[in-house]
Amino acid sequence: MKSGSNLEAVLNSGKFAVTAELGPPKSANKEFVIKRAQILKDHIDAANLTDNQTAIVRMSSIAASRIVMDQGLEPVIQITCRDRNRIAIQSDVLGAAALGVKNILCLTGDHQCFGNHPDAKNVFDIDSIQLVGVLKMMRDEQKVLGGDAIKTPPQIFIGAAANPFADPLEFRVIRLEKKINAGADFIQTQCIFDIKRFSQWMSMVKDKGLDKRVHILAGVTPIKSYNMAKHMAENVSGISVPQEILKRMEGAKDPKEEGLNICIEIIEELKQIKGIHGLHIMAIQWEEVVPEIVKRVGLFPRPKFNKRCAGET
Amino acid sequence: MIVADRKPLQEIMNMIGDCERLLIVGCNACVAICMAGGEKEVSELASLIKIAKKKQGKTIEITELVTERQCEEEFVKEIEKEIKEHDVILSMACGVGVQLIAKMYEGKIVYPALNTKFMGLPEEQGQWVETCAGCGDCRLADFGGICPIARCSKSLLNGPCGGSVDGKCEVDPDNIECAWQLIYDRMKLLGQLDKLLKIEPAKSWKTSRDGGPRKVIKEDARL
Repeated sequence: MKSGSNLEAVLNSGKFAVTAELGPPKSANKEFVIKRAQILKDHIDAANLTDNQTAIVRMSSIAASRIVMDQGLEPVIQITCRDRNRIAIQSDVLGAAALGVKNILCLTGDHQCFGNHPDAKNVFDIDSIQLVGVLKMMRDEQKVLGGDAIKTPPQIFIGAAANPFADPLEFRVIRLEKKINAGADFIQTQCIFDIKRFSQWMSMVKDKGLDKRVHILAGVTPIKSYNMAKHMAENVSGISVPQEILKRMEGAKDPKEEGLNICIEIIEELKQIKGIHGLHIMAIQWEEVVPEIVKRVGLFPRPKFNKRCAGET
Repeated sequence: MIVADRKPLQEIMNMIGDCERLLIVGCNACVAICMAGGEKEVSELASLIKIAKKKQGKTIEITELVTERQCEEEFVKEIEKEIKEHDVILSMACGVGVQLIAKMYEGKIVYPALNTKFMGLPEEQGQWVETCAGCGDCRLADFGGICPIARCSKSLLNGPCGGSVDGKCEVDPDNIECAWQLIYDRMKLLGQLDKLLKIEPAKSWKTSRDGGPRKVIKEDARL
């Protein structure tokens, strides 16, 4: 075990893993995090805490992760390269590890123009692939990027993202391979609606044997309304929503129920695709629906390998 | 070339305030080529300022001049007489030219009439695009002659982020090409796609702008 995390243990056991996103609040409201952690806790292997997603200021993912751990739920913290340079990032990694964090997802970060501080200066001192390498260096070589030794290194299960729907498609596979070569242990994909394109990407991934070298968690998002589907289809780059799904949402009597049904159908299809090792549910501001999804696709109850990991410092 | 753009007239009017005798100094180098601060633009701005002053019920006396290159002392010295005769100078050069006049004539007030934008090239008539970030350690050999530092919205060195769709950058799909799509296409054409599998290590920004003003010293040219 590289990190001793529950997520790592589930994936190593060959069981189909389940993680879910937990978006920290745009406030200092601890109860907000506690409530969502309680809802998710028994239904997933780890909760993924976003790092100021879409460049909107929120409670820090590391602070929220500690609150989540106190509820007995294992966190995956996200670290983006947008807001911090290599010094701040490594400092955060050491601090997070000291607080008990064992899983870190390395992301480039959404551009600041999409958030609530478009006048901010971005950092991008290192990119997400270099960040994966930095974490691996800290963990395995026990030193920081600058070369100094770390006496107590962070034990981290290293994650990275992949977007099969962005362009150029061939480069998406090259980029995945680079992330694996840099040291990624698990991969979370962008949310999947377009199974056809995803399958195309997966077969390219399998042709290169990359699915044998990393744990791929397929990303899914339950859609709440037709407007949400339309917004994602038209305004969010790198998300592909097929016409058929848009039509179903438009004509639905109960859009939430229909969105949930679509999500379940997608998961069932994904479970049939070889090379996928788990599921990452991004229920945006709809965390309460996660338990139902997990139950309906037959992934409940969750296995527990490391009873002590949550809450342990 | 250095590409610049004239500031809004109102901002310029606020800068010059109650000034009644103004010297406008353009530059015949980069900013003349990008149609921001050459002879024509100096004359145009002088007229606009006079009209604006007239609307305020005031008058202003404006002298118009253009240096050959406002970033070198010998060319600025050619107009020393006129500079000394004025208290307020409005420079239509890039930020380098503005600062050189300020440095050479301590007692003079020098205002910038342009916003200096970037190093770039003309893309089409009346449109310029940033192409070089002046990072001090040119890596174009590794990226098919297309710079990801200057041209990717996130300066990524290991490939495109998830916001690249149909060759466009999500930051502004109508106006920004994804630098990594361009790099990919070019490397493919050159038969060098294998180069893109190499992990680019964290870049040293020491040669970039983070350590105070950078200097270039050419020993054999020094006296």
